[in-house]
This record gives sequence, structure tokens and C-alpha cells, in this order.
Amino acid sequence: MSIANTLTAKPTAELKARANALNFYYGNFQALKNIDFPVEKNQVTALIGPSGCGKSTFLRCFNRMHDLYPNMRYEGEILLYPDGVNIVDRQVDPIEVRMRISMVFQKPNPFPKSIYENVAYGLRVRGVRNRSLIDEKVEEALRAAALWGEVKDRLGDLAFNLSGGQQQRLCIARALATDPEMLLFDEPTSALDPIATAKIEELVSELKERVTILIVTHNMQQAARVSAYTAFMYIGELIEFDDTKKIFTNPSSKLTEEYITGRFG
Amino acid sequence: MSPQSHPTTTNDAAVNEIRRLIARHKTWDGLFGLLGIVTLLSALLVFATLFGQMLVNGLPHLSWEFFTSFPSRRAASAGILSAWVGTVLVMLVTTLVAVPLGVGAGIYLEEYAARNLLTDIIEINVTNLAGVPSIIYGLLALGLFVYQFGLGQSIAAAGLTLALLILPVVIVATREAIRTIPQNIREGAYACGATKWQMVAHHIIPYSLPGIMTGVIIGLARAIGETAPIITIGALTFIAFLPPSPFGDAEHLLSFEWLLAPFTVMPIQMFNWISRPEEAFQANAAAAGLILVVMTLSMNAIAIWIRHHFRKKIKW
Repeated sequence: MSIANTLTAKPTAELKARANALNFYYGNFQALKNIDFPVEKNQVTALIGPSGCGKSTFLRCFNRMHDLYPNMRYEGEILLYPDGVNIVDRQVDPIEVRMRISMVFQKPNPFPKSIYENVAYGLRVRGVRNRSLIDEKVEEALRAAALWGEVKDRLGDLAFNLSGGQQQRLCIARALATDPEMLLFDEPTSALDPIATAKIEELVSELKERVTILIVTHNMQQAARVSAYTAFMYIGELIEFDDTKKIFTNPSSKLTEEYITGRFG
Repeated sequence: MSPQSHPTTTNDAAVNEIRRLIARHKTWDGLFGLLGIVTLLSALLVFATLFGQMLVNGLPHLSWEFFTSFPSRRAASAGILSAWVGTVLVMLVTTLVAVPLGVGAGIYLEEYAARNLLTDIIEINVTNLAGVPSIIYGLLALGLFVYQFGLGQSIAAAGLTLALLILPVVIVATREAIRTIPQNIREGAYACGATKWQMVAHHIIPYSLPGIMTGVIIGLARAIGETAPIITIGALTFIAFLPPSPFGDAEHLLSFEWLLAPFTVMPIQMFNWISRPEEAFQANAAAAGLILVVMTLSMNAIAIWIRHHFRKKIKW
């Protein structure tokens, strides 16, 4: 299969995760069909496709968000490396998966708490009580999310007082504070203005040094700008996966070409 | 009309027709507004008249002694000491029972219960319970708390009865408060690795607390004026002593004897005075009524204040 070839052709590439024959069902509706998909370590991989193609559904398999809702079912596997645990296995606790793989949502969703408490939340959940350690982690995460300079004098302020873009960077800091192995972005800039969007994109490119990133976007330029690999999905199927450059300049599939040239979607 | 807009006679006719139509529709606007004010005023007027009459009759009778005296055969020296102490203690029991049960049930139904037939049946029942006449609760309590549990005609029995009465109010208020919390806040908490209980304890309970408190206070404001169920379980109408103090001696710091003491409450004291033939007792009833209304209105005011105060802090 071409997907496997792309990465196996690069001997240096180290995988962070891999989906093998992944199916996902909402009740009787099959939302994901037999997906094989590699995620390279410390790279940005983008998922594109028209609305309803299953890209968000696929992303949400990586932190078992679907487990919050009834009548759903996973089949197949998503292996998380280096240990190779199948994170969609019923035996694997979804909380364990979420502690290893964080997520940033479409709409900024800070808690109605202080800026500090928002970032510290993951540590609180893990039972960390050492105040100086939390202080240190909060500052480090806010710096990594390029927000420290703007909020360092008002860490006690309510997170709602920040602008939309700042709130989204706060959510990134919240996700980073616990040093996750992988970070999922579900259309993180769809609720933001162009300037805030540019900042988040820049951040995503920088963050790949410390964490493997999987990003869903409806914005093809964004995928082209931030990612090393791009996957095109259509009606629950993975149509094409390749180097981002190749997808946008010389896609193998007719469907991909039609989508990226704006003929549908 | 400005000269640039080339008015033609046909256009003028069409515009005039539109204006006539709007004018006719607006008559209905005005009529309905008027009707609204009339209904509102008549409702307010009835309450204002009642309250005013109570003020005129009761106010001269209000004094410090009125609060510190027991009821008496002589109207002039009769007071509401046993009644307001009874009311406070019964409300205390009611709050301590209804809040944990109601909030717990509300959280369970919203966050834990699976969506199935059983949950639907429970939900319908809870909603309907709010509409059951209070005297039915009194009958149930008479059989269950007074005789079955052997609590007798006590503060504990009354507190439990009123707790039962306001339980649906607390449950519904809790559920409504929880429902206003957006799903993406829950997902955000879970994405940080929270367990269900951590999510509930760190987010659901704190963010819904203002709504829950408002519901509890409104429930208590209803319970404080309830008479029928309290009479049914056999509250005394004339009581010239206080229940044992909750603060015991050095050996037992807290005493719970008061729970099983006989009691009376404000509305029953009023009822007792109103049924007396003497004119002077009617004034006592008015004074007690005044205090009851002030108690209820201030509870509602606190509820409104809490809602406004916290709404400023939490916006979704």
C-alpha cells in the first residue's frame, strides 16, 4: 500500500503511532472505514477533507473522546509507540490514553477558573501537590504556548478575560503542562481571526520539537503551511496519505486533486 | 419625501397603503401592551393591598417583646418565640436533608445515569412529585416518619416532611444548573485525564453551585410557609416552651434532643391566632404574617442576588 511505502521508504522515520485497519461505528453507522495511518514522531501530520468526512472522528479516537458517549464501537487498532499499546482496546483505560495524549479543541474551552488554575489542571488531576513544581510547570507551559509574556502579571485573572486567540493558546498551555507524548488539534483556529490564527500556526510548527502533533483542519493552506504529512479523507475513508508537498503539488488520487483544487468540499 | 426620489402618483399610493397597514398593526401592539399592564397591576395590587393591611394591623404590635415572648392567653403579651425558633430548627433539618439528597440525585441523573427507560420513568416521577399537593406529603409523613419511624410529632418529623416536599424543587434546580454547563467544558476536563468524579467535583459542582443555591433557597421559601403537612403530622398550636438547646454541656458538646421535641412554626401560630374570636389576636396574626412575608421575600432576594452575582463571573 502506498501509505506504508511513504514512511518505510525513509529509514530515519520513527513512528509515534499507527492505525491498523481501524473501523469506527456510531451505532450502526460506520464513520471510519478500514483506516491505515502512520504518525511520525516529532512531526506535524494534518488531516484534511470535506465536512463529515470523519477527520474529527478519527482524531477523537486517539484520546478515546468517543468513550464519553453511548453506542459507539472501535474495531482494529491504534498502536502507540514506543510501547506499542493498542489505545482503542477495550481493556485499555481511556484515562490512561488521555494522560499520554492531550487535545486542543475547535472552540477555545478554558475553565471558568484563573489562568494559573487552567494550566495547572492536568497536574491537579494527577495529584501533584508540590506548589513550586506546579509554578514551574505552569510557567514553562505558558512560555511554550507563547502566552507567558502576556499573562505573567495576571495569572490570577479569570481565563474568560483573555481574547479568543489567547484563550486558545491557554488551552494549548493546559495541554502541554503535563508533557504529553502527542497533541491533537481539532480545527484549532476555526473560531479565530487571521492574526490569532497565524500565531497558533507558528506555535504548532515550533511545538513539534517537543511533541508529536496531529491536526485536523478544514483550511488547506493551513495544512500546507504547518504539516510534514497530509492525509486526505473522504466519507470515512483515507483516500491518500503522503508528504504534504506531494499532496498539494502532485496528488496520486483524482479525488484528492479535485478537493485541493476546490472542485468540491 | 426628498425631491430627488422621483415620486410618482402610483408609488405614493403604494407607500400610503403600507403606512396604513403598519398603523393598523401597531394598534394591536398598543392594545396588548395596555392589557399586559392592567393584568400586572391587578396582580400587584392584590398583593399590595394584603401586605398593606397586614402592615397597618400588625406593625403597631411589633416590638422586641413580640419576638421574645411565648404565646399567651392575653393577646397583648403573646409573642412568637416558640414559633420562630421552631421554624428555624425545622428549616435547618429540611436543608440538611434536602440539599445532599436533591443535589446528589440531580448530579446522578445528569452525569451518571444511562439514558434508558428506568431513567425516563424516574425523571417523569421527579417532575410530577413537584405537583403533588402538600397535604399528601403530610399524610405520607404521618404514616412513615411519625408512626413507622417512631419520630413522633417532632421537629425531625416536620423537617423530613418539608425536605420531601422541596426535594423535587432542589433536584430540578440542580439539573437545570448542570445543563447550562457546555459539553466542551466536560470534554476539556476529560482531555486533561480527569476521571468522572474529578470532572464532577472540580467542574460540575462548582459551576452549578449558584443555580443550586438559588433553587434551594426558593424551595425553602416555599417550605417556610407550608402549613397543611405540618398540621397533618400534628404540630402543636399552643406551645409555651423551647426545645432543648442544641449546645449541650461540657460532656456532650452538641445535643440532638431538640430533634425529637414537640414544636410549632410561624404559619401554625398565625393560624391559631386567626381562629381566635378576639380582635386583639387578629393583630398578632397580622404581625406574625408580616414577619413571615419578610422572611420569604428576603430569602427570594438572596436567591436573586446570588444568581446575579455569580452570573457575572461565569459566562459560557
